Amino acid sequence: MGEIEVERTISGMAARNLAAGSAPFFIGAGVYRHHIPAAVDHLIQRGEFLTSYTPYQPEIAQGTLQYLFEFQTQVALLTGMEVANASLYDGATACVEAVMMAGRVTGRRKAVLSGGLHPHYREVCETYARFVRFAVDPQEPSLGGEDLAGLVDGETSCVVVQNPDLFGEIRDYSTLAQCCHEAGALLVVVVTEILSLGAIRLPGQMGADIVAAEGQSLGNALNFGGPHVGLFATRDKFVRQMPGRLVGQTVDAAGRRGWVLTLSTREQHIRREKATSNICTNSGLCALAFTVHLALLGEAGLTRLARLNHAAAVRLAERLERVPEVRLVNRTFFNEFSLRLACPAAEVVEALADKGILAGVPVSRFYPERNELADVMLVAATELTTDADIDQLEEGLREVLS
Amino acid sequence: MNDVSPLGSSRLTEPKPNEGMTGNRGLEIEEALIFEQDSPGHCGVDLPEPAPFRSRLGGLEREDPLGLPGLSEPQIVRHFTRLSQKNYAIDTGLYPLGSCTMKHNPRLNEKLARLPGFADIHPLQPVKTAQGALALIDTLAHWLKTLTGLPAIALSPAAGAHGELCGIMAIRAALEVRDDRRARVLVPESAHGTNPATAAACGYAVDPIPADETGRVDRAALEAKLGGDVAALMLTNPNTCGLFEREIIEIAEAVHAAGAFFYCDGANFNAIVGRVRPADLGIDCMHLNLHKTFSTPHGGGGPGSGPVALAASLAPYAPLPWVVHGPGGLELIEHETGPAKHSLGRLKGFHGQMGMFVRALAYMMSHGSDGLRQVAEDSVLNANYLRASLAHDLTLPFPGACMHEVLFDDQFLKDTGVTTLDFAKALIDEGYHPMTMYFPLIVRGAMLIEPTETESKASLDHFIAVMKHLAAAARAGDAARFRSAPEFTPRHRLDETTAARKPVLRWRPEPARREAAD
Repeated sequence: MGEIEVERTISGMAARNLAAGSAPFFIGAGVYRHHIPAAVDHLIQRGEFLTSYTPYQPEIAQGTLQYLFEFQTQVALLTGMEVANASLYDGATACVEAVMMAGRVTGRRKAVLSGGLHPHYREVCETYARFVRFAVDPQEPSLGGEDLAGLVDGETSCVVVQNPDLFGEIRDYSTLAQCCHEAGALLVVVVTEILSLGAIRLPGQMGADIVAAEGQSLGNALNFGGPHVGLFATRDKFVRQMPGRLVGQTVDAAGRRGWVLTLSTREQHIRREKATSNICTNSGLCALAFTVHLALLGEAGLTRLARLNHAAAVRLAERLERVPEVRLVNRTFFNEFSLRLACPAAEVVEALADKGILAGVPVSRFYPERNELADVMLVAATELTTDADIDQLEEGLREVLS
Repeated sequence: MNDVSPLGSSRLTEPKPNEGMTGNRGLEIEEALIFEQDSPGHCGVDLPEPAPFRSRLGGLEREDPLGLPGLSEPQIVRHFTRLSQKNYAIDTGLYPLGSCTMKHNPRLNEKLARLPGFADIHPLQPVKTAQGALALIDTLAHWLKTLTGLPAIALSPAAGAHGELCGIMAIRAALEVRDDRRARVLVPESAHGTNPATAAACGYAVDPIPADETGRVDRAALEAKLGGDVAALMLTNPNTCGLFEREIIEIAEAVHAAGAFFYCDGANFNAIVGRVRPADLGIDCMHLNLHKTFSTPHGGGGPGSGPVALAASLAPYAPLPWVVHGPGGLELIEHETGPAKHSLGRLKGFHGQMGMFVRALAYMMSHGSDGLRQVAEDSVLNANYLRASLAHDLTLPFPGACMHEVLFDDQFLKDTGVTTLDFAKALIDEGYHPMTMYFPLIVRGAMLIEPTETESKASLDHFIAVMKHLAAAARAGDAARFRSAPEFTPRHRLDETTAARKPVLRWRPEPARREAAD
C-alpha cells in the first residue's frame, strides 16, 4: 500500500471511534484526560529522544540519562519518597513489582490487597501470584471503610492500598503504616491519579515504604490504555531490591558531572536468573513526556492544576446531586467520585453514549458478578471539563433516569 | 560529589589552554538540571485560577511544598532541546546495536498514532464507541497470525520481556491443566538475559545448554537434558550469534517428544519475517517485539510492545483482554468467562500498547507481505555484506553466512592492548554508535553488529571503511588513542564503579540552600 492509502485506511479506523475531545467526557478509573501543553509533544518527538535506544553508551546518551535523573528526582519529590526508578510499564505492573519487592525485603509471601485497589491492578497481582508463587489476600470492594490493620500478621509482606481509592475516596494511611511496621510488613501505596498529589498529603508523609503509581496524567494521552508510564519510588534502604533501570550521577575521566545506568547487578542482562525483575525495555519516552509536563508546570502550576481539577469535580458533584435518582457516595474525593443511580449503571452509561456523552465507568465493568455494585458509576472531572459538558451530563442523566 | 559544580564551573576558576570559560564547545552546551534553574513561582503553562469552591479533600490537604522547580516555557524548550543534542539516535546515524534492530522509524506511523481517534480514546469507554480501535487490534492480530502461522495472539504484553513472561505463564498454565509438574526450563547459554530471568521468575530452575563449535545449540547436549521434568525450551532463532538454528525442526520434535513446550524468543524476527513461519518450525509460543521488527520507536528505552503468538495448545490460556467477533460487532472479553474461561488472567492495566499497535500496523500495511519479506532479505544481505567485507580485518568466531547480524570476537585485537570496549569507544569518535559488546557471553570480547535493512550500500561502505581503519590503527599499536576514546563527546568515559558504589540517584538541594529555605 502506498503512503496515501495507508493513511486513508488507518484514519478510517480512527474515525469509527468517539474521541474524548468530541464529546462531554467524564471517564477516569485509572486513566485521566488532561491538557497536554504543546511543548510536550514537540520535545518528545525530537528524533534524538524518539529514535535512541536504552542509554547503554553513556558518552552519547547524556540527554536521555539526564532527563531520567530529573524524572527520578521529580517522582521522588512528588511521592514524598527518597528514591525512584527510571519507570516501569504502567501503574498495574508497578504495583505487582512493589508486591514482589516487598516479598524480597521481608522474606514473606502474603500481600493484603485493599478492596479499594483498582481491579486491573488487583488482577495483575493475582496473575503474577499464581505463577511467581506468592499469595495475595484481596479484600472485597467496598464503598465504606475496611479494617486492613486487622489482617496483618507474621506472614504479611505488605498491605497494598490506593489513594484516592477506586471509588475516589481519600484516606489517611498513617495509622495503617504504623501497624504494618510494627508487624514487620511494608505499606505499598498505589496512586492511579498522580495529579492528586498536587493537592493531597503525600504517601511518603503517611509512612509508605513503596509507592507504585500511574504517571499517565502528566504528559501522556489516553491512548486507549497504553502506552502509559509506571512510577516506582521507595526508601533509600531498599534501593538494591528495586526493580527496573536506575540512573546515577558520577564523573567522567575529566572530572565533569555526568550520568550512567547504575546498580545493574540487580538486572537481567547481568544477573540473568538471579535478577530482581526480568524487565528490560520500560517507558522511556512516556517518562520524558511526564518530566517535560511536570517541569513546565513547576510547583506553582502543579498545585494550581490540581486545584482546578478538584474545583471541577466539586462543581460536577454539586450539579449531579441535584438529580433526584442520583446519590453521591463519597465523603471525600479529589477529581473522581462514585454515584449510586436508581438503575444499573451499565445501562445508563450505554444510553448516555447513544446521546454522545461519555459519562463514566459502571463499576459492573470490573465486577459483573456483584449485584450490590451494579448501580454504582465512577465519574471524573478535570481541568478540561466545561460547564457546558456538565450541563449536558446533568440533563442526560435526568432524561435517562426518569 | 559536592566538589562537582552543576555547570562544570571548576573551569570558571581555572581555564585550561584552548578551553573556554563555560565548558561549552560551540553547539555543545553544558546544561544544568532543571532543579538548578529554579525561579520559584515560575510556571510554563498558562492556567486559570478556579472560582472559589468548598474543598472535599476531607482535611487531607498537603501542606508542605514539594520542592519542584519553576521554569518558563522557553527555558524548558531550550533545556530539553539541549539535552536532545547530547544523544546519538537512528535519526542521526547508523546504530548497529546487535539484537536491538535499530531500524528507521517512519514518521507516518507517528502521525497516525496521534490521531484523536486513537490517542484520545479511553480504554473504558463503551465498546460500541471504540469499534475502530478494536478493528485495528483485530487487523494487527490477523497480520501477526499470518506472519507467524500461529493461531492466536496475545497483544497485552508491554515489551519483549513481558511477552516472555506471558509465554512461560501460558506454558505453565497448560501444564497445570494436565496436572504435569515440571521443574526445569532449558535456556541456551547464548540467550538474552531476559530468558533466564523470566523462567526463574515463573518458578523454574534454569538449565543452560552449551553451544556447539558452529555457534548453534549443541543438540546432543540439549537432548541429554530433555526429560519428563522439562517444561520448555527457550530458544532464540536466529540466535544471538546471528545464526539460523538449522536443526530447529529436529529440536522441536525432541522437545515435543519429551512433553515440553517450545518457546521462541522473537527478538530477531526481523531476519525471517515474511520468509519463515515460526509455526512451520514447530514453535509453540513466540513473542514479537513491535519496537524491533515492526519499526515502533525505541524512545530511549520504551515504550515497547511484545505480543505473543500462541499455538492451539496454548491459546486457551492467553491473557485478558480478548477481542472477539460478536453479533453486533467486535467485543472485548475482560474477564475469565466464555471462551476466555481458562485465560491466565491480566498482565497489565487495560488493553495493551495501543499507540504501538497503530504504528506497527501502519508499518505492515506500508510494506505489504512482499515488502516485509524484502525487509528480512535486505537485513540479511546487509549483515552478510559487512561480514564479507570485514572478514579479513576482524575475526569471526563461527564459519559460514550469518542472518541479520554478524558476530565478531576480539581475536583480531590480541596483543594490541586494545579491548572490545576500547574499540567500541573509538567508533564513537568516528561518529557511530557502538555495536553490542560482550554479548553473547559465549564468545570472547563479542562484537555483535546488526545494520538492519535501513542502511544503503553507501552507508555500509562508509562504516566498513571506518571499521577497517580502526582495526588497522589497533594493529599499528595506537592503543593510547583507543583507551582515551571517546574524546569528541559531551562526556569522556564515565566512572561507573563509583556510581554503583555510592549511588546518587536523585538531585538534592545544597545544604546552604536548604537552610535558607527553612
